[in-house]
Amino acid sequence: MNCNDRLFLGLDAAAREAVARRTFLTRSAAGLGLAALSLLDGPRSTAAPVPAASLGALKNWPHHPVRVRRVIYLFQSGAPSQMDLFDPKPTLADRRGENLPDSIRQGQRLTTMTSGQKTFPVAPTIFKFARHGQSGAWLSDLMPHLAGVVDDLCFIKSMHTDAINHDPAITFFQTGRQLSGFPSMGSWLSYGLGSECQDLPAYVVLTSFGTGRRDDQPLYDRLWGSGFLSTQHAGVKFRNVGDPVLYLSNPPGVDRALRRETLDDLGALNGHRHAAVGDPEIQARIAQYEMAFRMQASVPELTDISQEPASVLEMYGPEVKTPGTYAANCLLARRLAERDVRFVQLFHMGWDHHGGLPNAIKGQCRDTDQPTTALLRDLKQRGLLEDTLVVWGGEFGRTIYSQGALTATNYGRDHHPRCFTVFLAGGGIRPGMSLGETDDYCYNIVADPVSIYDLHATMLHQLGIDHNRLTYKYQGLDARLTGVEGARVVKEIVG
Amino acid sequence: MNLAWNAAGAAISVRRTALRANCFAIWLAALLAAAAPSIVGAEDRVQFNRDVRPILSENCYYCHGPDATHREADLRLDVRAEAVAAEALVPGKPELSELVARILSDDPDSMMPPPKAHKVLDEREKAVLQRWIAEGAEYQGHWAFLPPERPEVPAITDAAQRARAVNPIDHFVMARLAQEKLTLSPEADRATLIRRVSLDLTGIPPTPAEVDALLADTTSQAYENLVDRLLQSPRYGERMAQQWLDYARYADSNGFQTDSSRQMWRWRDWVLDAFNRNLPFDQFTVEQLAGDMLPDPTPEQVIATGFHRNPRLNGEGGRIVEEWFAETVIDRVDTTGQTWLGLTLGCCRCHDHKYDPITQKDFYQLFAFFNSIDETGVLDSEGGNRGGGNSRPVVPAPTAEQREQEVALELAIREAEQRVGAAEQQLAAAQTAASGEQGSDWDAAMAAVRGDQTAAGWEQLEPTAVASQGGTTFIRLDDGSYLAGGPNPARDVYTITGPLPAGALSGLRLEVFPDASLPNQSLGRATNGNFVLTGLEAEITAPSLAQAIVVKFVKAAADYDQPGYEVQTVVGNPPGKGWAINGNEPAKRLPRRAMFVAEPVAAVPADSTLVVRLKFESQFQSHQIGRFRLATTGVPPTDVSLEGDRVPEAVRAAGGTEPERRSAEQRAALAAYFATRSDNPLGRATAELAAARRKRDEFRSNYSMTTMVMQELPKPREAFVLVRGEYDKRGEKVERALPAALPPLPDGAPLNRLGLAQWLVAPDHPLTARVWVNRQWEKFFGTGLVKTIDNFGLQSEPPSHPELLDWLATEFVRLGWDMKALQKEIVMSATYRQSSRVAPELFARDPENRLLARGPRFRLSAELVRDQALAVSGLLVEKVGGPSVRPYMPAGVWDETSKYGDLRGYKPDQGDGLYRRSLYTIWKRTAAPPTMLMFDSPSREVCAVKRSRTNTPLQALALLNEVTYVEAARTLAQRMLTAGGTTPRDRIAWAFRRVTCRLPDDAELQVLLAGFERYAARFRADAAAAEKLLTMGAARPDPALDKTELAAYTLTANILLNLDEVVTKE
Repeated sequence: MNCNDRLFLGLDAAAREAVARRTFLTRSAAGLGLAALSLLDGPRSTAAPVPAASLGALKNWPHHPVRVRRVIYLFQSGAPSQMDLFDPKPTLADRRGENLPDSIRQGQRLTTMTSGQKTFPVAPTIFKFARHGQSGAWLSDLMPHLAGVVDDLCFIKSMHTDAINHDPAITFFQTGRQLSGFPSMGSWLSYGLGSECQDLPAYVVLTSFGTGRRDDQPLYDRLWGSGFLSTQHAGVKFRNVGDPVLYLSNPPGVDRALRRETLDDLGALNGHRHAAVGDPEIQARIAQYEMAFRMQASVPELTDISQEPASVLEMYGPEVKTPGTYAANCLLARRLAERDVRFVQLFHMGWDHHGGLPNAIKGQCRDTDQPTTALLRDLKQRGLLEDTLVVWGGEFGRTIYSQGALTATNYGRDHHPRCFTVFLAGGGIRPGMSLGETDDYCYNIVADPVSIYDLHATMLHQLGIDHNRLTYKYQGLDARLTGVEGARVVKEIVG
Repeated sequence: MNLAWNAAGAAISVRRTALRANCFAIWLAALLAAAAPSIVGAEDRVQFNRDVRPILSENCYYCHGPDATHREADLRLDVRAEAVAAEALVPGKPELSELVARILSDDPDSMMPPPKAHKVLDEREKAVLQRWIAEGAEYQGHWAFLPPERPEVPAITDAAQRARAVNPIDHFVMARLAQEKLTLSPEADRATLIRRVSLDLTGIPPTPAEVDALLADTTSQAYENLVDRLLQSPRYGERMAQQWLDYARYADSNGFQTDSSRQMWRWRDWVLDAFNRNLPFDQFTVEQLAGDMLPDPTPEQVIATGFHRNPRLNGEGGRIVEEWFAETVIDRVDTTGQTWLGLTLGCCRCHDHKYDPITQKDFYQLFAFFNSIDETGVLDSEGGNRGGGNSRPVVPAPTAEQREQEVALELAIREAEQRVGAAEQQLAAAQTAASGEQGSDWDAAMAAVRGDQTAAGWEQLEPTAVASQGGTTFIRLDDGSYLAGGPNPARDVYTITGPLPAGALSGLRLEVFPDASLPNQSLGRATNGNFVLTGLEAEITAPSLAQAIVVKFVKAAADYDQPGYEVQTVVGNPPGKGWAINGNEPAKRLPRRAMFVAEPVAAVPADSTLVVRLKFESQFQSHQIGRFRLATTGVPPTDVSLEGDRVPEAVRAAGGTEPERRSAEQRAALAAYFATRSDNPLGRATAELAAARRKRDEFRSNYSMTTMVMQELPKPREAFVLVRGEYDKRGEKVERALPAALPPLPDGAPLNRLGLAQWLVAPDHPLTARVWVNRQWEKFFGTGLVKTIDNFGLQSEPPSHPELLDWLATEFVRLGWDMKALQKEIVMSATYRQSSRVAPELFARDPENRLLARGPRFRLSAELVRDQALAVSGLLVEKVGGPSVRPYMPAGVWDETSKYGDLRGYKPDQGDGLYRRSLYTIWKRTAAPPTMLMFDSPSREVCAVKRSRTNTPLQALALLNEVTYVEAARTLAQRMLTAGGTTPRDRIAWAFRRVTCRLPDDAELQVLLAGFERYAARFRADAAAAEKLLTMGAARPDPALDKTELAAYTLTANILLNLDEVVTKE
């Protein structure tokens, strides 16, 4: 069975789920239904003996009970403003325009965009906050849809990072280092756990531009790159124009039947060569061509949403049918999750609001609020949320003081590494809770700090991985995603 | 768990160990005998470097090694005296050694490594450690830090093997194989061999003719001649440069957030040229690290220092300059360490090395060699954040060809200067001589100065503004004329504004001049050099005038009219086609004048301004005047004529003064006046000189390309240990110095970058030569003799053939660091020439071919996969060097993730740029060429000395469907039809041979033939599909060929280009 079969078979949701669970437990290369090609083990490195089945590099996995089988990371690139969305500071309303006290700033370094500013006027949010759900979670009125699912969410309001500019900060978030050259979290998973899906890559990346600030922020290959790990573990970025996967389509004039014929001929020739020269790498290559052929069917089937019920499409909102939008990517994320793709990462750009924040953030929330909520609801109604971890957040926070002039209706906010908010949902995460506390200026953490390493360690924990044991020998060291300074699983949020 | 290393614990363990001592020897011998091939045999003594250090380093040194800050229990095991003093080791007595007790313990509180370390010693490792202690626990210095000693070349006892040995490489390999009771595989057949060595040395497979030539050459020199030819090919440098570009993190963009463009291809061309002229590796090193500090460096030696200007430069809006300056310098230290030393110095930016004897202080002492460049360490603001550009220090970087042209232009300037000098001398003579003695030129000019000033009275207009409606820009030249440049709109109106002398305005004169900068060096801006003036307007404004006086011109004349385009039509009623001068004809490209007579004569009040509009609104595109000058006159209309300039009063007075009475000022005034006019030799020579200078300047501005280089500050910057590697946490101040574990600077070497470079290539340096020869070995064999090609430190894997490694390293130095000679030695060896076929038993025994009992077989690099497809299809455009090119890339690769910087909106080149070798492809670091990344290229953001070698479905999709490969298949198919014979069998065999260098066997031919027939049948049934398949790519198929047949062969060729054998070096 390959992982798409349950979709081809047209099972109802419950039956599909049952099959999915079964295949998760039993999936192996031998189950792929292509007996002649006993080497179908996904991409692998040259010159190593061919294993019967490749489940990744981790020994003795799982290290402890597995809570989730996959991760959907909704990365909000550019850094959303925590005090305008999740972390209200009602007492600040009276301090509007006052200079940020030195006792709060504590010599914090500033970016060169505001380090020359003469004053740092406090800019309380102009958005209204209310409590929602049983849990009474605070949300600003920018996120009306999300308000309906807050009881499924777990907020961490005490995230912090080391970096203060976008490029190093987002690189840090993705790879555990501010500098280039290290593997991204998805590629660590691909390396450690291999792929559960034989028709799709283990690690898929989806990107969208935001309407809040249309020209921000660039993304980089390295954010889903494999660093020093073998390049087969790099994320496959689905494209928003043309083939979703590069070079997926046959040349014009070559249909699937004809491609099958040419691959049969190619396979015969390669098999013949293998008999002559004995290099098992040739068999691996034959297997990769078969995987490519399957992807040519599985990817268009994945991205074809014509069979989605109208009610589902409506839930994701009006942009769901426009490829390359956040809404379309959220639906795609659900479809990838159904197909057991291990790590799906969305990047939505446009959260970098140095000026004109009130207007810009509305655009961003309009892009993301409804589709994010729909994704959570959709996963839940299909029973997928139980074993999927969903994370939402950006690379750092924003300053309480205004960058540039503060007016009654307008302000901007600079980068702020000392505190910000992310939320999580899904498998094994305690729903309806909030962890961590910031001071009255939303400037410093006063309780339960969570580093990026801690968040990574927690994500890995839910996947059954002890983060200390997901290592790769690089330059003589046992390199790991969570660095050398130590990380902790945030047990408080793990149910 | 942090266990005290105390006597009580030791006593307990000793008892426990003693129980085991009896059976110790027996199982130890058994375990060692069963060990993997590269490990000690039972009869050998344990060697610390080979057998013990890897175990200690991997499992113990992290807590009991060089890093003092993380040392547990104050015990270090990397220094024998300390380990013995602590009784961890009792030489000769494993049963008394605490280390043994701990590694054998299964008590979680005392066992080593402790459970939290997640390290487990296997039985063999435990046995090795015990035997080592039993044999005396002798340490050795880490092999890679000791200078290589030239080993004896082993004798080969077996006569047959000895006969096959070509050079010492084979002796070392055969001796090792003999220990395993193995021999070399047979030599590969010649077709395989020529393909292998051609790909290895040039990156391009041989043509069938080249294969035939080798097969036909039965002399014993045939293979060596081939190797020599390949080493001399310009393709050699292109092939070798690829690897070096990875080390140097070379790219066409600045990296980081905006990732705008930079121009460093002149440095890239230096590298491939250095390989091609076989610059010895020591000079190759010194010039790149410190070419700027050599005595009297050549421009090329300075360009070479671009190596360490290749790091990314941060231009993000909020960047903190100090932070990224530090990162830039740290990148240099790390890259130097990886590239030359094979050391992971980067570990030490934050702390002492965990394994190697390199301290954090050592790191910042090396940092001090690289922090004193005259740079900011971030993207210059003048380097342009969004717009792209190079950051200082930079040097102009013309190509060799451009430099030759520039020399010619400079020569023309020198000649023109001499002519000016000669004219000045003539004038000086004319000024002092009596009239009539200097020849007609000067006589006429002098007479004109003295002549009747009232005749036409032209006075030059000195504009205060010259503007264009269409964006044309103007520069004023020395003679008061204006030269048009910049945008060249289809139509335009020039507006000239300038002060007008009070009195009367009766005429306007327009002079037009040819110029070297104009098309065909003619007078107009049209591509043919012509212009058409369609209209002329003038008006006078003055403070005293309520409204402007519009000047009405009624009559016009010129010294030349193109038939049908007479100047009179400019002012005629109705207006005609305008004034043109046949500027398209070479003989007609001469200075021209036209005059326009006003009626009635306009009265000009004081402080008047004249505004003149020249209109170019004909049906012909861009027919604007290129260079012009205006003059006005106020003489009665009947006296207005083309000639007769009003001479400034001072000049006229000087001209009228007797030569012997002229003052110096008067002579200078005359000379300055003559220099602006074309009616005398000085004026003509001056104009020629100005034109020659403009030509040179313009040429330079066209290559205004610079390249980034190193340039040392006169006074070094201070350097500090950065606590935890953070830029804003300065610790101890440090000076330049080398790590104590490595040799000191050579005698006489300066304590700066140059000295550092000389130190790296000192003949007795333990690392540099070993690291280089090991990487060469990896290039040819797929795995280095030291597998960890990126790490020669204590965590490195010991060499599979230590004596061979040291022999090669010493040989390389002995050969004067001759890179080609080293490579020739390797490819001449019988070891390299073995067949790569492998039997299952041998594969199972040595899957990675570490014993070298067979030839190399592995997938080609990203660049070679593409270059080969271009070469075998005949599409490859071979041109060495030059600016980076833009081959096919799917739409949106640059734009889907960024709206920053100038590298957006990728458009593939037309023509040659599509088909150049892959190392010339433009490289944007944050969105690198997808097919390169898919085939394991690094991103070029940081130094990468090792590429992975994967086998993925995305590679299959690219080779099957990407336009480059489909176009190559079709072009190959076309050649099958035109050059491959007349039958499908012949054509398929021809193409098969073209891509593999061998003929297909019957089975292969059958598969391909049957396939071709099926495809042909399909396309005959669906001609439209055939037609569609032929549309991919910019090259057009030969229309004479049958489309269905061509399409069917295209699919066959597509299969051929996807064969495992084809993307593999066999």
